[in-house]
Amino acid sequence: MGKYVVKRLLALVAIVFCVAVIIFTIMYFVPGDPALTVLGSTSTVAEREAYRESLGLNDPFFVQLGRFLYQTFIKFDLGTSYTSKAPVWDEFASRLPRTLLLGMICLFVNIIVGIPLGVVCALKQNKWADHVISVLAMIGVAIPGFWLAMLLVQLFSQQLGWLPAMGIDSWKCWIMPVIAGSLGGIANNLRMTRSSVLEVIRADLVTTARAKGLAEYKVTYKHILPNALIPILNQLGGQFGMVISGTVVIESVFSFPGIGTYMLSGISNRDYPVVRGCVLLLAIFSAAAVLLVDLAYGFIDPRIKAQYVAGGKKHGKK
Amino acid sequence: MGKSNESQAKAGGSTLRRKKRSNMSLIMHRLAKNKVAMVSLGVLILLILVSIAAPLIAPYDPYAIDLSAMKQGPSKAHIFGTDSMGRDIFSRILYGGRYSLALGFIGSIFTAFIGTVFGTIIGYIGGRVDNVCMRICDVWQAIPGQLLAIVISVALGSGFFNTILAMSIGGIPMSIRSTRAMCLKEREMEYLESAVSYNCSKAKIMFKHMLPNIISPTIVGTTMSVGGTIMGAAGLSFIGLGIQAPTPEWGAMLSDARNMALLYPYMMIFPGLMIAITVLAINLFGDGLRDAMDPKLKN
Repeated sequence: MGKYVVKRLLALVAIVFCVAVIIFTIMYFVPGDPALTVLGSTSTVAEREAYRESLGLNDPFFVQLGRFLYQTFIKFDLGTSYTSKAPVWDEFASRLPRTLLLGMICLFVNIIVGIPLGVVCALKQNKWADHVISVLAMIGVAIPGFWLAMLLVQLFSQQLGWLPAMGIDSWKCWIMPVIAGSLGGIANNLRMTRSSVLEVIRADLVTTARAKGLAEYKVTYKHILPNALIPILNQLGGQFGMVISGTVVIESVFSFPGIGTYMLSGISNRDYPVVRGCVLLLAIFSAAAVLLVDLAYGFIDPRIKAQYVAGGKKHGKK
Repeated sequence: MGKSNESQAKAGGSTLRRKKRSNMSLIMHRLAKNKVAMVSLGVLILLILVSIAAPLIAPYDPYAIDLSAMKQGPSKAHIFGTDSMGRDIFSRILYGGRYSLALGFIGSIFTAFIGTVFGTIIGYIGGRVDNVCMRICDVWQAIPGQLLAIVISVALGSGFFNTILAMSIGGIPMSIRSTRAMCLKEREMEYLESAVSYNCSKAKIMFKHMLPNIISPTIVGTTMSVGGTIMGAAGLSFIGLGIQAPTPEWGAMLSDARNMALLYPYMMIFPGLMIAITVLAINLFGDGLRDAMDPKLKN
């Protein structure tokens, strides 16, 4: 098991490295000239050329890539923003915790609302509660988060005046971003949980448990739920990445000062170091979340644990 | 996810193999009996027809700026109102359907096509090729899809085909993975052994023998992903990437309406509502299709 954890950690490092190369390569091909953006159209050609030279933008691709990797992984320096001239890390220090917190709250809400509702639906299959909740979930999946965010602002800020439309001055400012960021996830978790529980309900192990004369609540809590929820837990790591990238769009609706808005400002300013740094960090945190969940999953599910012990390779392939 | 795909593959495979032709009509029959699926299919067809026939139905030119009719709420002349440039929102929504629907369908089909072809090849060949490709997929999937779409969209610039590409690339590894998982199961089957024994070419084995047996979960998966692609593309346009104003794509219209949303909320209601209705119809139809293709999974 320990060997497996080490192996997965090494794989994570390799993945992060490759992600950095990919992101650098994609950003290398972004059209537009940062010198023009920073110095303005009134600057002379020579000035712009000197600026590009000072940033090393005239070097060959591999030299630039090497420099970027060296800076990022050896010096832990994500570069300096072209526009604000401040190190990208300085901005991250305040913004990254906010985005991660928002992401984690959304994920938490996804779990504590979505999964229990899914269980309720499955246990009350084809009763009115199931029908009502399932229909709502279906609609929830179909509503784009950013549109919901706009509707919420319209209703709660503009019409009712209950909640602030932007900023993060008080805890009230977090309510709408969390709702908008988690509705889709809640609905998805609900639907997945529902079908997973329904699958288990028909399994032989449940019939056996009932045949033993176990009380119905014991059948539910000891036999149905543990078996049904394990596959749901497994995808929560990936869900964190989805929530985090979803917040990029939602942050922009609420002018929420997180990584998302920073990244979008970087995009419009052609500020490569900012965009690169944002994407790289978000990707690292998503990959780490997947890893954490995978490891936890290994400890929770005895079947997987047995597989690791027998031969970690087998699982690694999947 | 992997598990359900595997069980889909197993169940779909065993029924498909026995009676191939009658199975197709069985699926159609089951689908036709599913009222929700039929209604959503109807809505979907209506949406497609209306967008195709937009020039015939639209009362105004979607690009025509009319400064005398700026920011008017819904009225008889403009049933969904006009935007900040006096363009008729109803006409723009009709034309916008062309972009949004095409983005969703072409993007998802492109992803599924690439994913299925590569997944089948990787799954059949196996060995070192499989290992290397799976590691590439690991890296690829480490970047969350929407984030990757944003970065690619920045690099490629805006525009219809660039947006399709940006939306598709993130989904390809997932598609490769699920196809490969199904192929690994199929590889163990006896019919493949017999195909190998009468010296069938590899390409023929992969695409003539294996592919038909794994295609139905792929079709269901692709249908289900169309909604997500439409929403993702709308999200890209919303943050100013993807398709940009004045093109009447629904996400771009929302982006346009955003600055006016506080004073003129009707501008953002209708494009968002259209996205929601479209995605809902696609998902409901996808659910019905899944139930029809694989009744064992029906809950």
